[in-house]
Amino acid sequence: MSLSRDGGVIATTIFVLVLTIALITSIFLLKGISHFVIAAIEEKVDISVYFKETVSEDEIMEMKDEIYQVSEPENIQYVSKEEALEAFIKRHKEEPILMQSLEEIGVNPFLASLNIKASDPAQYEQIAQFLEGNDFEESIEKVDYYQRKPVIERIFSLTDSFKKIGIALSVLLVFFSFLVVLNTTRLAIYNLREEIQVQRLVGASNWFIRGPFLVQGVVAGVAAALITFAIFALGCWIFSPNINALFRDLNIWEYFTDNLLGIILIQLGTGIGLGVISSFITVRKYLKI
Amino acid sequence: MIRFENVSKIYLPDTVALKNISFGVEKKEFVSIVGKSGAGKTTLLKLLLASEKPSRGKIFFGGRDISEMGPEEIPEHRKRIGAVFQDYKLLDSKNAYENIVYIMEVLGKSDEEIVRDVPKVLDIVGLTERADHFPAELSAGERQRAAIARALIHRPEVILADEPTGNLDPYNTSEIIRLLLKINELGTTIILATHNKEIINSLGRRVITLDQGKLVRDEKEGRFIL
Repeated sequence: MSLSRDGGVIATTIFVLVLTIALITSIFLLKGISHFVIAAIEEKVDISVYFKETVSEDEIMEMKDEIYQVSEPENIQYVSKEEALEAFIKRHKEEPILMQSLEEIGVNPFLASLNIKASDPAQYEQIAQFLEGNDFEESIEKVDYYQRKPVIERIFSLTDSFKKIGIALSVLLVFFSFLVVLNTTRLAIYNLREEIQVQRLVGASNWFIRGPFLVQGVVAGVAAALITFAIFALGCWIFSPNINALFRDLNIWEYFTDNLLGIILIQLGTGIGLGVISSFITVRKYLKI
Repeated sequence: MIRFENVSKIYLPDTVALKNISFGVEKKEFVSIVGKSGAGKTTLLKLLLASEKPSRGKIFFGGRDISEMGPEEIPEHRKRIGAVFQDYKLLDSKNAYENIVYIMEVLGKSDEEIVRDVPKVLDIVGLTERADHFPAELSAGERQRAAIARALIHRPEVILADEPTGNLDPYNTSEIIRLLLKINELGTTIILATHNKEIINSLGRRVITLDQGKLVRDEKEGRFIL
């Protein structure tokens, strides 16, 4: 009814709704992606115990068995000096400077190690404590564990603060878009005041008078949801390869399509919810029967 | 058919628009309500339309107390009333014919009913020739006739006319009054609020006189005395 009249106002309403829906969708996506990244890092994290040159393979194997008994980790992999060298060469064979310096050293500079993967991240502390408070301590060159722990904690705290900021911003934007929809509806009611007055006089039902304004709220909400969906679909599709290059195994486009239904529900729910609730309140307040 | 029982209307904080009003209106009656500006005529009509609620007292319309009606009952109540105003309240973007059609659409009437009834009503008010003109192209008298046609279209039991001749010259004024009398003869109750002395004195019908919110006179064949 009034949709065609207040083009500019409706566009503003939809724009604010798009911002709000986009932010809420981002929080949803961020949650999934951060779970994924943390899981990926946790997967990678293990304790690497490097042994001094003097320690024999048998001693290392003995220690391996003891660790198994103490904390039942998921697995422990023994990497000999030679295997470590091979792995290094394999990884860096395209880099002549590294290969050259390796040649110059002349001997194998790598240490034998045990790579321990825990079945539960909490086990790492326990294993580390065992390693430090043991007779073997003297055979150990270094334990590479504490360097990775802060990374996980940083990601946790980073996503946590992102989430908090996101939620605070969303609340603000929800409030803001609520006000904008409210004003749009008020303006529409004002523009149509004569028709409304005549409708009232002849006994048009409440829903007949109020309905169009609620429909306007729904239409704005649906339009905003569709626009946001298109933006996100396009964004995920375009940037997916780039992100994939940064974090291997993290495929945003796949995550997006896997959670399609959830995303659509969140977007439509936010859009329609905001549109309907705020126009309903306006109509209740300003459209007296 | 209509009965006011000790009705008072106070607009906060302390404006008394109507004070302890009691009267009744029978079916097919033609009642004029007179009084100076601010005497409470418009308030009285608003109470009847249920767009205002009385502060005290009861208003019965066909046995139902209007002041007790919930929001869902009010539309049905209003369908039984036709209202005409000094400023016509026509929609400027629609011509005379469309203004009337609009009401039928609002009330959910079928296309057949619209095609059948609208020309009839236009004929009653004498606007058949001017039906496709917009309000801005109609004279004041024609506009008021269009407004009356619109008030008639849903066959109300009562027509409330609030200063319908306020903007009209004497010729158009008597035309409109003649039209209201004709509608009354066809069986519709008319409640006419006016401060036009000549109309009242020429009508020779019942007159209720309000003064500062009080009902000061109610005469069967009243005259305009203030």
